[in-house]
Amino acid sequence: MTDQLELGAAATSGPQAGDVPELLETGPIPVPEPARGSLSDVDIERIRADFPILERTVRDGKPLVYLDSGATSQRPVPVIDAEQEYVTGHNAAVHRGAHQLAEEATDFYESARERIAAFINAPTSNEIIFTKNATEAINLVAYSLGNATFSDDPAASRFRLGPGDEVVVTEMEHHANLIPWQELCRRTGATLRWFRVTDDFRLDLTDIDQLINPRTRVVAFTHQSNVLGTINPVDVLVAAAQRVGALTVLDACQSVPHMPVDVTALGVDFAAFSGHKMLGPSGVGVLYGRYELLEAMPPFLTGGSMIEQVFIDHATYAPPPARFEAGVPMTSQAVGLGAAVDYLQDVGMKVVADHEAALTGYALQELSAIDGIAIIGPSSTVDRGGAVSFVVDGVHAHDVGQILDDAGVQVRVGHHCAWPLHRRFGIAATVRASFALYNTSAEVDALVDAVRDSQRFFEVG
Amino acid sequence: MQQLYQEIILDHYRTPHHFGLRDPFDTEVHHVNPTCGDEVTLRVHLVPAVSTDDTATGSAGSVVVADISYESMGCSISQASTSVLTDLAIGRPLDEVMATLDDFTEMVTSRGKITGDEDVLGDGIAFAGVSKYPARVKCALLGWMAFKDAAAQSLDHAGPAATASPVAAPSVQTATASQEGSTAS
Repeated sequence: MTDQLELGAAATSGPQAGDVPELLETGPIPVPEPARGSLSDVDIERIRADFPILERTVRDGKPLVYLDSGATSQRPVPVIDAEQEYVTGHNAAVHRGAHQLAEEATDFYESARERIAAFINAPTSNEIIFTKNATEAINLVAYSLGNATFSDDPAASRFRLGPGDEVVVTEMEHHANLIPWQELCRRTGATLRWFRVTDDFRLDLTDIDQLINPRTRVVAFTHQSNVLGTINPVDVLVAAAQRVGALTVLDACQSVPHMPVDVTALGVDFAAFSGHKMLGPSGVGVLYGRYELLEAMPPFLTGGSMIEQVFIDHATYAPPPARFEAGVPMTSQAVGLGAAVDYLQDVGMKVVADHEAALTGYALQELSAIDGIAIIGPSSTVDRGGAVSFVVDGVHAHDVGQILDDAGVQVRVGHHCAWPLHRRFGIAATVRASFALYNTSAEVDALVDAVRDSQRFFEVG
Repeated sequence: MQQLYQEIILDHYRTPHHFGLRDPFDTEVHHVNPTCGDEVTLRVHLVPAVSTDDTATGSAGSVVVADISYESMGCSISQASTSVLTDLAIGRPLDEVMATLDDFTEMVTSRGKITGDEDVLGDGIAFAGVSKYPARVKCALLGWMAFKDAAAQSLDHAGPAATASPVAAPSVQTATASQEGSTAS
């Protein structure tokens, strides 16, 4: 904790409200009342002090304004320390060996699993599978269903897909929750269908009873769009899927880091999320799956660790989660993710959500006030998270991003791995600012000022 | 920023040269930058060089870039670099254009080490600043790589026909070539 206090003191060199105007010589800028979440200025400074990277400068001394947490979040000292403590003091291959280090390593790894299970209110930690990222978690489900289709195991027969069966996705999916289903349909002969997105950036549920019908086997959808920020009505989709006996797969990458998520209350069959988007390390993701399903599903990757008995010509498989964790897993990353979950819980997910909602509301208000800016997403914070995408009339998103970068403002530009969604709105690329618990309203001001700068630079403002 | 977005680049972006798709052409390609969605549809029209003693044909040394036409959607860097390419390439022997292309590629991938020779690259040296921004290098090369692909396809398709009739300019154009050679990267 001493380290954190020192970092806290040093963090005063980070972006402050008073510093911002100096970077951006601009005309008169409205200075509204700063919007604040439930976190006080003191709380935010204390949190920021835990993230060493936020102290650095970029592009010739500009304070870092990190608004790309939707792509990857930054890591607090406790996460970095947890990984280091594991590697320096306890490293061994987990679930192998009878020596002391192997025992300790296994305890660290399994303890992380338990804390992650508790964090999302999974009934048991056996329903938490570590994967390398959320993409792999979704592929695990899709490939397991594909393997079931070609398996002679009676337990797997309930998962078989074929011509006439349907898999339903949405037009707002990240490629990670689209292409695995395209491929599953291609391999099995099932048909891919999708919910469209309305002009006000919500799922069009008008034909939900046609789309989710007795032929539907899987409904895969995002909890919160990584582009629009839209939070989808999980309850409505789960109820429709349950009526027809379809499996539900929730892409929770953009929800678990930003709001309280209770997989039991949501009632989904599967949920996938990434460690690196929730203050944890890269190289670790999570698949939650209802145990009763995991228990009947065939493996995705095979090899060591996932077996029960092995003969030269066949093998039987371990129960979940081991069945789905072939090979020596990532370990320090899982330990780091456990620490990230502890960190988020210490702050409180409701507090995180409220703080990010306040920042989102402020950003929407300030960006909307600029002529020539169109927000690609809901205009209020109702059922909406902190991904704020927009286009600047007359300036390509890449060019806006470059001007923002020059001011130290780090955002994502492009289609954000949601190309069909961008096609839906006839846009090649958007600029996306995305928030995390460590962001401030002064950083929103820096974003807005830099957007105005981009208009001036390209002479469209 | 001025170093990256030189006035030459902004001029080409606002008023791209040789924009639009035209006939005749040998090959049309469609290239995209998968990370950002920028795209270009580009046509190339090669004709045999007017030459008295050159019997080798169907190679880069014996053909001239008669036209490059394109439609594109993208950032200022990708739009402007394609415009500059057309200025540098149209009307010149293909082998010279390919050498220019190599120099341009070397410059924009040099991480700021190579500033470029204005005598060779013309307005293209304005893109030297791009090389300091690795994420933008693909933008600068989008149109150039599309051209390289299209020219190679034109040569492949046109080779035998051109050899059979070296001075019959239209033969290149009528070779089977063309739209079917379209690719997406």
